[in-house]
Amino acid sequence: MSSIPHDRAAAGHGTHDDHAHHPTGLMRWVTTTNHKDIGTMYLWFSFTMFMVGGVMALTIRAELFQPGLQVVHPEFFNQMTTLHGLIMVFGAIMPAAVGFANWMIPLLIGAPDMAFARMNNWSFWLLPPAAILLVTSLFVPGGAASAGWTLYPPLTIQQGMGMDLAIFAVHIMGASSIMGSINIITTILNMRAPGMTLMKMPLFCWTWLITAYLLIAVMPVLAGAVTMLLTDRHFGTSFFNAAGGGDPVLFQHIFWFFGHPEVYIIILPAFGIVSQIIPTFARKPLFGYASMVYATAGIAILSFIVWAHHMFTVGMPVAGVLFFMYATMLIAVPTGVKIFNWLATMWRGAMTFEAPMMFAVGFLFLFTMGGFTGLVLAIAPIDMQLHDTYYVVAHFHYVMVAGSLFAFFGGVYYWLPKWTGTMYDERIAQIHFWTSLVFFNVAFFPQHFLGLAGMPRRIPDYAQQFADWNMVSSIGAFGFGLSQLLVLYAVVKCIRGDGAKAPAKPWEGGDTLEWTVPSPAPYHTFETPPVVR
Amino acid sequence: MSPEQRAANAALMKRLGVVVLAMFGFGFALVPFYEKICEVTGIRNIDGPASRPLASTQVDASRKVRIELDANVRAMAWTFRPAQPVIDVHPGQLGQVTYEVVNTTDRPVTGQAIPSYAPQEAAQYFRKLDCFCFATQTLQPGERREMPVVFVIDPSVPADLPAIALSYTFFEVEGGKLAAAPSASREKP
Repeated sequence: MSSIPHDRAAAGHGTHDDHAHHPTGLMRWVTTTNHKDIGTMYLWFSFTMFMVGGVMALTIRAELFQPGLQVVHPEFFNQMTTLHGLIMVFGAIMPAAVGFANWMIPLLIGAPDMAFARMNNWSFWLLPPAAILLVTSLFVPGGAASAGWTLYPPLTIQQGMGMDLAIFAVHIMGASSIMGSINIITTILNMRAPGMTLMKMPLFCWTWLITAYLLIAVMPVLAGAVTMLLTDRHFGTSFFNAAGGGDPVLFQHIFWFFGHPEVYIIILPAFGIVSQIIPTFARKPLFGYASMVYATAGIAILSFIVWAHHMFTVGMPVAGVLFFMYATMLIAVPTGVKIFNWLATMWRGAMTFEAPMMFAVGFLFLFTMGGFTGLVLAIAPIDMQLHDTYYVVAHFHYVMVAGSLFAFFGGVYYWLPKWTGTMYDERIAQIHFWTSLVFFNVAFFPQHFLGLAGMPRRIPDYAQQFADWNMVSSIGAFGFGLSQLLVLYAVVKCIRGDGAKAPAKPWEGGDTLEWTVPSPAPYHTFETPPVVR
Repeated sequence: MSPEQRAANAALMKRLGVVVLAMFGFGFALVPFYEKICEVTGIRNIDGPASRPLASTQVDASRKVRIELDANVRAMAWTFRPAQPVIDVHPGQLGQVTYEVVNTTDRPVTGQAIPSYAPQEAAQYFRKLDCFCFATQTLQPGERREMPVVFVIDPSVPADLPAIALSYTFFEVEGGKLAAAPSASREKP
C-alpha cells in the first residue's frame, strides 16, 4: 500500500549495536532465530537449488540439442526431468518466496520479528536435508525418481528406492512449508504495528497471507498423497494399485487438488513483489489496491475448483470437462484485474527503469503471454491435442520463470540496498535483465511451435522435423543459464560493499516502512513499533 | 514480545494446526469420496456385475459385435487363456465365454483378475452378469479351473463399435491383503 505516513521517530534507530549477543561463525547461522538471517539463508538455499536444478535443465537441453541419443541415457534423462521439476518447485521458487517473506514482512508491517522465531529456524533447517535426499537419490541403485515431478502411479509404485527418498523429501519440504506458513499468517494477523490495518498493508503482505492459507490447505493433502504412495509401495495398501482394487487416476485427482493451488502459491508472492515495485518506480500509488486484494483472494478460492484441467485426457464425463474448463477460464478475470491495475499504475506515472522496474515490466509482459497460453490450454478440445506436448512446457515456463523468477529477481534488486547497505551495480543488473529476457524467449518461445507440431515432453529423442527449433531452444537455455551468474556477481559485489553506499531510502518513490530503517537494515528493527496513521 | 502477544500467537498457531490436520485427513477422505463419485456416475463401473438395468432387452439380430478375448498374468506362475480367442454376439444376446487357469506352482496362490477394454469407451456397453473377476481366485498346487464370464452387450452400443477387446490380467494377492483394499465394486459378490 502506498502513501502511508510514517512516524519516523519511532522507526527504531540506534540501540542496535547488539551483535555481541549472538554466536558468530557457523553457529550464528545454525542457531539464529532472527528473521533477517533466516530470510538470507532461505534466499541462498533457493539460489543454490536454482543452480542445481538449472544444471539439470541444461542436461536436458544438451540431450535435446540434436535428435538421437548423444549425451545421457534415457533413464537418466527421465531422472533429470523429474528432479528438475521437484527441485525448482520445492527447492528454488518456494523457498525464495519464503525468504522474501521472512526478510520483508516484519519490515513491511513494522513487526520486530516473525511470530515464532524458533519454529522459523526449524522450518529453514528442514530444507537442506530434504535437498540432500533429493540430490543423493541420483546415486542409489536404480537412480533417482524418474516418473515426472507429478509422481504419477503406476510408475511411482514400481520404481526403486530413489522414489522413497523423493517421497521423504516431499514430506520434509511440505512440513517446512506448513510451519513457514503458520508463522507468516500469525505474524501478519497478530504482529502488525499500531495503525497498520489489514487494508493498509503493503500488497506483498496480502499476497503472502493468502499464499500461506493456500499452503496450509493443500500441503497436507500432498503429504497424504505421497504417504499413500509410500504405503502402496511398502505396506500392501492399494490406494493407487489397480491390481489391489485401487485406481491410479485417483492419485492424479489428489495430486492436482494440491497441484493447482500450488501454481498460485508459486505466483502470488511474485504478484506481491511486482505490486511493491511498480508503484515505487511509477511514483504513483498502486491503482485499485482493494480490487488487488479481492482479486488475489478470488484467484485463491477459484484455484480449488479447477484441478482437473490438468487431466482432461484421463477420461471424465463431459459435464466434468465443461465445468473444469469454464472454471479455469474464470480465473482469467481476477488475473486480468491485476494485470490492468498494474498497467493503470504505470499509466502517466513518472516512470524510471532501474533493474527492479525492468524485471517487473518484463514480468508483466511475459507473464501475460504465459497467461494467454494458459487460456488456450484451458479449452478442453485444444488441451486434448496439446496435452503433454512442449506447448505445455512453454506455457508453464512462461509463468514460472518469466513470471515468478523475474519478479524475484526484481525483488532482489529492489531490496538489495536494504539488505546489504550497498547499491547494486546497475550496469550488471541491466545486462542481467536483457540477457535473461532475450535468452528466455529464445529458449522457450520455440517450444510453443514444437508443441503445436506435436513434440511430446519428457522424451529424450525426437523426430527429425523438430530438430531446428530444439537447437534454437537449447542455445537459448544455455544462454539463460549462464546469464544467471550475473545476478550472483551483482549480489556478491553488494555484500562485499563494492558499490555506492545505499541511503535508507534508495528509491525516490518508495513509501513503505522498510525504507524508514537505515540501510543495511539493523539486526533488530521495530523493537518499538512504528505508528502508522 | 509481551505475554499477551505470545498467548495470542500460540492460540492462532493451534487453530492453524487444526486446519493442517483436517486437510491431511481431507486428502484421505478423497479416497472414499472418489469411489462414491465413480460409483454414482458409473465411470469406473466396468468390472462389477451390471448394476443398472439395460435400456432395452431387445436382441438386435441385425448386427453382431465381435468380442476378442485376451488373457495375461503379471509375474505369476499361472497359465491363463481363453477357451476361444473370438466370439461374435448380437447386442442384447446373452453371451458366455470360458477362461482356463492353471496353477503351475507347488503352493496355493490367490489371484485377482483385472479387466480392461479396448477401445476404452466400450466398457460401458459391456454388461457382465457373472465373472470370475468379481472375486479373488485361490488355486491349490497344480489345480486347473475353468471360469465363465456371462455378459450382455448393451443394445445401445453404437454401430461404429464392431469389435471389443476384453482383456484380463491376473495379479497375485499376497497374504489376502486385497480384502482391506479400497475397492469400488469389485469385491461385491
